[in-house]
Amino acid sequence: MIEYVWLITVLPLAGFIITGLLGNKFGEKFSGIMASLFSAAAFVVTAMIFREILGKDEESRKIIIKLFDWIVAGKVNAAVAYQIDPLSLVMALVVTGVGSLIHFYSIGYMHGDSGSPKYFAYLNLFMFSMLNLVLGSNLLLMFLGWEGVGLCSYLLIGYYYETKVAGDAGKKAFIVNRVGDFGFLIGIFLIIFTFGTVDFSELEKAVAGHVSGEVIIFWITLFLFIGAAGKSAQIPLYVWLPDAMAGPTPVSALIHAATMVTSGLYMLARLSFLYVKAPDVMFIICVIGALTAFFAATIGTLQNDIKKVLAYSTVSQLGYMFMGAGAGAFSAGIFHVVTHAFFKALLFLGAGSVIHALHHEQDIRKMGGLRKKLPVTHFTFLIGTLAIAGTPLFSGFFSKDEILWKVFNYNIFIWGIGAVSAIITAYYMFRLYFVTFFGETRFKEDTEHKIHESPAIMTLPLIILAVLALFGGFLGMPHTLDFFHSGNMIEEFLHKSVADHAVSRYGEGVEVSLMGVSVMLAVAGFIIAFIVFYKNNGIPEKDNQYVGAQKVIFNKYYIDEIYETAFVKSIYNFAKVLWRLIDVFIIDGVINGTARILRDIGEGLRYSETGVVHDYMIFMAGGIVSFAVLLFLLFL
Amino acid sequence: MDINSMPLLSIIIFLPLLGIPVLALMPNKKGSMLHYAGTFFTGITFLFSLYLIPSFHGGISGFQLVEKLNWIKPIGATYFIGMDGISIYLVILTAFLTFIASLSAYTAIDTRVKEFVITLLVLEVGMIGVFLALDLLLFYIFWELILIPMYLLIGIWGGKNKFYASLKFFLYTLAGSTLMLLASIYLAFEVKQQTGQMSFSLLDIQKLHLPLTIQVTMFLAFALAFAIKVPFFPFHTWLPDAHTEAPTAGSVILAGVLLKMGVYGFLRFNIPLFPDASILLAPAMSMLAVIGIIYGAFMALVQTDVKRLVAYSSVSHMGFVMLGVFALNEEGLNGAIIQMLNHGISTGMLFLLVGMIYERRHTRMIDEYGGIAKVMPMFATFTMIALLSSIALPGTNGFVGEFLILSGSFISNHLFGGLAALGVIFGAVYMLWMYQRVFLGKISRPANQKLTDLNFREKWILIPLVALIFSMGIYPGYFIKTFQAPVKQLLILNQDITVESAAVKGQISGEKL
Repeated sequence: MIEYVWLITVLPLAGFIITGLLGNKFGEKFSGIMASLFSAAAFVVTAMIFREILGKDEESRKIIIKLFDWIVAGKVNAAVAYQIDPLSLVMALVVTGVGSLIHFYSIGYMHGDSGSPKYFAYLNLFMFSMLNLVLGSNLLLMFLGWEGVGLCSYLLIGYYYETKVAGDAGKKAFIVNRVGDFGFLIGIFLIIFTFGTVDFSELEKAVAGHVSGEVIIFWITLFLFIGAAGKSAQIPLYVWLPDAMAGPTPVSALIHAATMVTSGLYMLARLSFLYVKAPDVMFIICVIGALTAFFAATIGTLQNDIKKVLAYSTVSQLGYMFMGAGAGAFSAGIFHVVTHAFFKALLFLGAGSVIHALHHEQDIRKMGGLRKKLPVTHFTFLIGTLAIAGTPLFSGFFSKDEILWKVFNYNIFIWGIGAVSAIITAYYMFRLYFVTFFGETRFKEDTEHKIHESPAIMTLPLIILAVLALFGGFLGMPHTLDFFHSGNMIEEFLHKSVADHAVSRYGEGVEVSLMGVSVMLAVAGFIIAFIVFYKNNGIPEKDNQYVGAQKVIFNKYYIDEIYETAFVKSIYNFAKVLWRLIDVFIIDGVINGTARILRDIGEGLRYSETGVVHDYMIFMAGGIVSFAVLLFLLFL
Repeated sequence: MDINSMPLLSIIIFLPLLGIPVLALMPNKKGSMLHYAGTFFTGITFLFSLYLIPSFHGGISGFQLVEKLNWIKPIGATYFIGMDGISIYLVILTAFLTFIASLSAYTAIDTRVKEFVITLLVLEVGMIGVFLALDLLLFYIFWELILIPMYLLIGIWGGKNKFYASLKFFLYTLAGSTLMLLASIYLAFEVKQQTGQMSFSLLDIQKLHLPLTIQVTMFLAFALAFAIKVPFFPFHTWLPDAHTEAPTAGSVILAGVLLKMGVYGFLRFNIPLFPDASILLAPAMSMLAVIGIIYGAFMALVQTDVKRLVAYSSVSHMGFVMLGVFALNEEGLNGAIIQMLNHGISTGMLFLLVGMIYERRHTRMIDEYGGIAKVMPMFATFTMIALLSSIALPGTNGFVGEFLILSGSFISNHLFGGLAALGVIFGAVYMLWMYQRVFLGKISRPANQKLTDLNFREKWILIPLVALIFSMGIYPGYFIKTFQAPVKQLLILNQDITVESAAVKGQISGEKL
């Protein structure tokens, strides 16, 4: 089966072409089912290959299937070739698995939307790109996927293109990502320049001879990290992700929570052999991850749009993953990618179910008391909330704890930031949960009786994801809690393809007590939210009633406004001045000026053509005399 | 007669001329018949040009299908033509785009149709001739031959400001080529000095040993002509005017073919004839290229006229091509050559699209549009594809060229390569912003409410271009393979330097051993 790995990308591509060309003819149902089946087929192929790989011994789990040469000239040697190894397989399983569930869910969610053939075509195109990103065996193919998912993200954020918000958000996402891509490209160029290859395996061999801390590796990894920060919404490039919520909710679940935004971390893990040789960059990554986790969490506490809360929570969780990677725990980061894909997709799809039921209402102040109306949605959403808040035995607990534990060993101050963020996370998630599902109903009277639970095509994926969010954590049991002696399966599975570099300074006793601390942190967050929003039935205030620090946080620290003035407006104005000054005034001024002078000279000379013979005689005499003088001067 | 013994290149150059007497005899009234005749003759030429592919032998670095006849014996000028891996696809691209341009004019050109078609055919002769001429004087003749039909295309069938634009185009480019003629004559005499026989042949001139100062002077004389055509900052201001005022067919040919002639000139003459000067001046040329990339993007950002925006984007893109040429390494040169083809396809397509919407609404102002994706979904999709190719999304042809150019440039100079990569960001900014303002949002003007989507003819003009965008993006190896030999040949001319550095390397490794 392994030699058919190309099916994993070609199947969604075929789905894209079929739904793209025939979707409008055969309608919504056809497109939805086609796209979902092609995606599911890719999942089946991935799962079969996964089983085959599990049957092999550790040494022979990396297989490269080359299809054809793509861009080959000089030092550039990119082939269309897929690399199967534990890391790419874990990612491919998540992408195709969660992706397929979201495809099926979309059939229900997009029902009745006239543009849905286009929607499903884009969704398949996204799968194609994302799978190239994770399976590509060289930097260029990864970059193809990287840009492809960016394009699909742009197209899908702008799906409701008639609203200005959607158009703006799509453009912003694409351009901010391009800023990151600039870094990624420079990183690739530096790699080509230094190592003369873009192929991962060759690169790994070439890097082996270099010592840790070399200047060139510092720059390579730093530039590549800029790319990762763009795609994975890290400070300072996170600004596009909250706006990206303008897209349909299943898109937010798939692209802007479960898969695409984790590709930055995937890149770090894929190139971990390079990163471990750049300890300074690792430190920077760890700090940026921690700061992102913290800042995004604080913004999350004051958001009132159900999707915006989840968006900031995604940014924050991505921060955790980067924190872990920076501490050298790449596989713990990937573990969190997996569990996060489960619970965050679940939360977004749950939010989608709420929005669907309320006819596109997203403001949680206009919700409340939905738990009876939407029992399945409510129950699965609760599981997701418990998982992200870090409740013991839920998936998020294990992966987040693994990261925090590794970070604790790496740098205790950074751990502190992560721990505080954990309280905030539990707080804002339960705030969201209580305000949405408990308390009085606050929507309009006449819509109340219209609200009912979503159809099975939507609730079934919710249930499956809830099961995964609940039990997914057992893939990576820490040794201290390993009652079943299953071991940390995911870490062991990954360890050949990821160069983990985490230090362990403290013993098991510390690890267990740290878990205790984590639990207490989560409980603390929960209790605050419980008192404010459940006991006292609090609902968030109106938009303009915040003052002081709250006002700053509510306005997201004014980062968007600062960027707008500092970059967008100033570049535009600069370009305008440049155009008027250089192109129109100077260059064309000189050109047209020359033309005008020549014309004026001609105009002036015209008067010498008098037609009077003795005038010409005088000119002639003058000419001869001046010529003689000239000769005299030159040769004497 | 055996087809292989036919003078294939001459046939392709002069085939369009056959159309002129036919058209001259046709009645003036039948506008559409005249257009069909134009399509027929450009189509036949295109088909013949495709026959170059099986006739071409890859892996050989010299010229192929060479024809050489005496022309003006006393001064050693010959009718000397031939092709190599660099020119083959430029010839095919020219024939293809002229054919497409003819198709695009069916409804756009409705006055003086006969004259239009004849002008187009004459233009094609000049363009193909430029890419095949191997004699400097012959090259100069073809080069100047293009000026007149292009001047007429803009001046007669152009927009509101056509007189200014056509004159500016004419004088600008004429000014450049005069020095080139003088330089060619100088070189021909130089051959006489060194061999006793005057000659304009590229191969004879290549054998000259010119001192560096002469090389630099000659380089600059040729470079001015070519730089204006490319156009290179700061010689670019004729381009936005010419493009904006030209009819669609003219813009497609301007962007698709004429700009390539400038780059081709650098590749065919400057680098092989004046190798030392090329190396000496490469940093300066690269710097101008980088300025062009960023400056062109900034200019595109502030335009309110779609056509002008696309024109300035050409300045930026051609900056990339020149950057690749003067990286003077394999990555850069291969990238530059494929990017010439790419730019012809993607920018040609953008101009076709602008022309299609202009025919419907008779305005090119961005703020006259908005939300038209709703009424013209197919048009929106085609525009998106052309745009993606233009902003070099991987999977499209644009990426292959831009990536190779940037890596080549980065390898030869980190600063230039790094700065040029900023163009990747700006390209996305101006293109997506334009797309948003034209296609997205709600339809705000009632006139746009009634717009009709593409018709059968328009759709089928665009589909081959889309096919090329993706096939060249996914399997560029097919094209790069043909460039390899001539690119290596170009680099061998800089051999002195490579041999020198190899010797140094050998010394170092020798010491190590």
